[in-house]
Amino acid sequence: MNAITGIRPVGPHAVLVSVADADAAVALATWARDRLDAVDIVPAARSVLVDGIADVSLVTEQVATWPGPAQSTPGPLVELEVRYDGPDLADVAQLWGLAPDEAAQRHADLEHRVAFCGFAPGFGYLSGLPEEWAVPRLSSPRSRVPAGAVAVADQWTGVYPQASPGGWRIIGHTDAELWDPRRQPPALLAPGVRVRFRQVR
Amino acid sequence: MTLEVLQAPPRTTIQDRGRPGWAHLGVPRAGALDRPAADLANRLVGNHESAALVEAVMGGLRLRGSGGHWVAVTGAACPVSVNGRPAGFGRPEWLPDGGVLEIGTPPAGVRVMLAVAGGIAVPPMLGSRSTDTLAQVGPPFVQQGQRLPIGSPAGPPQPVDAVPARPTTAMRVYPGPGLDWFTPGALEELCTRPWTVSTESDRIGMRLEGPALTRARTGEMHSEPMVLGSVQVPANGRPLVFLADHPVTGGYPVLAVVSEADLWVAAQSRPGETINFARA
Repeated sequence: MNAITGIRPVGPHAVLVSVADADAAVALATWARDRLDAVDIVPAARSVLVDGIADVSLVTEQVATWPGPAQSTPGPLVELEVRYDGPDLADVAQLWGLAPDEAAQRHADLEHRVAFCGFAPGFGYLSGLPEEWAVPRLSSPRSRVPAGAVAVADQWTGVYPQASPGGWRIIGHTDAELWDPRRQPPALLAPGVRVRFRQVR
Repeated sequence: MTLEVLQAPPRTTIQDRGRPGWAHLGVPRAGALDRPAADLANRLVGNHESAALVEAVMGGLRLRGSGGHWVAVTGAACPVSVNGRPAGFGRPEWLPDGGVLEIGTPPAGVRVMLAVAGGIAVPPMLGSRSTDTLAQVGPPFVQQGQRLPIGSPAGPPQPVDAVPARPTTAMRVYPGPGLDWFTPGALEELCTRPWTVSTESDRIGMRLEGPALTRARTGEMHSEPMVLGSVQVPANGRPLVFLADHPVTGGYPVLAVVSEADLWVAAQSRPGETINFARA
């Protein structure tokens, strides 16, 4: 039995596939990208949209043959140099019951994975934080978060590609170019990419 | 070859068929909101249908040509003049070197499309010249004083096309993936009531006002990827139809999906007007 919990048509040219979690969604999206004739294959937290298809019933049959997330091949690894100097690092460390430098080390020791993009072009939702390290969002969002800010919310880590408003807790900064529409691929953190944060001082 | 913008209303954009295929990176598709009108305008001036054109809200454009261009205005019917002389809406018109094209306010409808033979030749980004008003991908809004670069004409104008009459009809909908979040009659309610277009409508979405649709389930939905034409129903029960610049994911259940062929109705409906839905 595979990890698909539902397949629903979304109008005449798309299907929405429900799965158990974000890791399953990105695994299915990666699998589908190599096999299905579609314009857009979009993973999210618990689902994958296969959009721009000619035949909904054919794609529904094809999706049902997905062997499940266990078979998925690991994505490319991206290493990001991070200065753990964010204004919310002390608060996050306190939530984790650690000193700030221990919290930074703990975050850098994990391997993260881009589950899906959203919010802004090139903004990836990185899974990797265990459930007990989930962090609440700020009660009132900042009106401006700088580009390159490394931030956490719930069980996600994200890196802001451009300056924007934001309610995630900023733990550090990177100089990496997250989004460049002239580059191929334009997003450094595309779904499926594995991410290591390397601490620099 | 350029077109100098002498006057452009706020939120005038450049649009083509948009940039589908990048949603997984968080990039909206964008593209002309009134697709049939954009296709017609391009055909009239001999362009390929993928050529970029100008999309203006409520007309109000004045441009000066250099070098001579075939131009065509479609979408919401409006007065058109060249050098102060009345010219045709929905047909190719010659804009001579140094000539001024003036596009007035449409008495009905919202969006006016202006095609120029050769297309607006701003540099493409991710395969499209469309302005994306949500994620700011592509060219910025068209500004007064700007000189729009024009490409080489692909072929002669095609004046044989008649402007098709487009009576505003109900927008056809398919059941949405979030149907089970609503009470059993919700889709019927959507399709039987008239809905009033809200002033908070734009290229991202058309917000509608009317009695609230009722949910069968409460609680928060995990964000899901959204298709063009999704009828999302937020907690207040008032539907929102996702248009070309919609965010790639959304956190509210989707009751219905509007047929792509009918989305031009949303592009041309003014705040305060009523629209209807019907089962596809």
